[in-house]
Amino acid sequence: MANDLKLILELSAGAELLFGNIKRRQLSLDGSQKWTIGSLLKWMHANILTRSPELFIQGDTVRPGILVLVNDTDWELLGGLDYELQQNDNILFISTLHGG
Amino acid sequence: MLGVEALRNERSRLRQEIADLRSAICKKEQSLRELEEALANGGGNGDGLADEGGERNTGTIQTQLTNDDIARYSRQLILPNFGVQGQLRLKNSSVLIVGMGGLGCPAAQYLAAAGVGYLGLIDYDQVERSNFHRQTLHTEARCGMAKTESARIALLELNPSCRIHCHSELINSHNASNIMRSYDVVLDCSDNVATRYLLNDACVIFRKPLVSGSALKMDGQLTVYNYGAQGPCYRCIYPVPPPPEAVTNCGDGGVLGAVTGVIGSLQALETIKIIVGGLGEVLAGRMLIFDGTTGQFRNIRIRSKRSNCHACSSQPLITDLIDYELFCGMHATDKDHPLQLLESDQRLDVQTYHDKLESQPHLLFDVRSTAEFEICQLSTNAINLPLAEVLDDSYLKRFAVELQNKDLPIIVLCRRGNDSQIAVQHMRNRFPDHSIRDLIGGLHAWTRKVDPDFPIY
Repeated sequence: MANDLKLILELSAGAELLFGNIKRRQLSLDGSQKWTIGSLLKWMHANILTRSPELFIQGDTVRPGILVLVNDTDWELLGGLDYELQQNDNILFISTLHGG
Repeated sequence: MLGVEALRNERSRLRQEIADLRSAICKKEQSLRELEEALANGGGNGDGLADEGGERNTGTIQTQLTNDDIARYSRQLILPNFGVQGQLRLKNSSVLIVGMGGLGCPAAQYLAAAGVGYLGLIDYDQVERSNFHRQTLHTEARCGMAKTESARIALLELNPSCRIHCHSELINSHNASNIMRSYDVVLDCSDNVATRYLLNDACVIFRKPLVSGSALKMDGQLTVYNYGAQGPCYRCIYPVPPPPEAVTNCGDGGVLGAVTGVIGSLQALETIKIIVGGLGEVLAGRMLIFDGTTGQFRNIRIRSKRSNCHACSSQPLITDLIDYELFCGMHATDKDHPLQLLESDQRLDVQTYHDKLESQPHLLFDVRSTAEFEICQLSTNAINLPLAEVLDDSYLKRFAVELQNKDLPIIVLCRRGNDSQIAVQHMRNRFPDHSIRDLIGGLHAWTRKVDPDFPIY
């Protein structure tokens, strides 16, 4: 659809294992409604999460240890859950690593 | 057989003895260097020798480069913005590296080579074979030696003028202050969440920059915490520790040596930039993300200081170090921590299995990953059934026929005897009338008690 909200969704450093091991997706979401990261999380949970939801979501937000980046910037600098997604945004979920 | 056993014992004894002697020689060489240095400085007050208590050997501040320095460091001396002053800053600097593993080895190697004057190395662990693919300072001949001592030998071969202090212990809330106090920069090359929070809080309390690297599988991450007026600390980014089930270490998840090598080398680079100053923008408030599968680096902007951070805000809640294993609910070592989920009658000793059951009809489920199963199998009877397939119940369909027979005993095994208990618990809930047991200690126990030639990893 011409009015769709187009996004690049990326998962990295292990977070992709919860989403069918796919690291990069192009999404087209219904452009007639407003989308925030909060509603994107719900959409991901309902549509593409393949296992262990507790390792991705706790309450209404991501679990501790997952960084969320909008166009390579920490979502906390942009309003967190309430950030309103824009056309062609790149959203990256990345697990924190602890190994050495 | 006894003859072979005796020879083997003699061989390990000799290897150990040679390793100990090498380590003793190395220590004496270090003492000699310190003595020579004290003499050269016209001392006799012993200042140059007293570094046993973890205090940095302060010595004298060097204000000139020697001819050897000039020849050795010439290629970096001629770099713009580095120069003689940069080299002198390195020479007078002291850097603490926590963890002499996959990150700590390359980091220490480049820092010693670049001319950092004083290096502290912390690691509680000993060199073993599974280290060599990524921990490139250690050698076959030094198996069993403390990693810090092994690294010291390699680093001194590389640069004999580097002074090195080994802290061969686990860093914790009690010894951290004594160890860390006298260093200028700290490198987090550790492998666990508890140590990462400990190092962060200690660096905030003692006001030291923390160059933090981490790696797993094909991925790496790098940033500098607690640097500059606005630079965040680890707790600003991660106020709450992750749930333990979301944390994988290199021993369980695997890691490629070239990946830890990339991140460890970059930790050395950031450390040199911090010490020299003016070389470029230090990676604080940003994080470098490396994906080895695609060969891509991303430089992401992370938040600055959190105004209500428990550690680094103007009114911190954490003013003393706490119990970090308790805070994280995780251990600070990757050594075996045997689970105890099952009753003893739901478990089987490897020897009993070998003597009584192995030749009888039974189902032998190996719940390791497919990649691990490929490495070695207990016997041709072993069936690979990864734990995930037990937990999501897909095994029910795959073994529908076999599971109908209540009289067929089921034995479950894994590498160390933890996942096998989780699998047995799950299966017993569904089949309470079956005989389902796991092998205590898994394949590691098999190698220890039944077949010493069975490979261990």
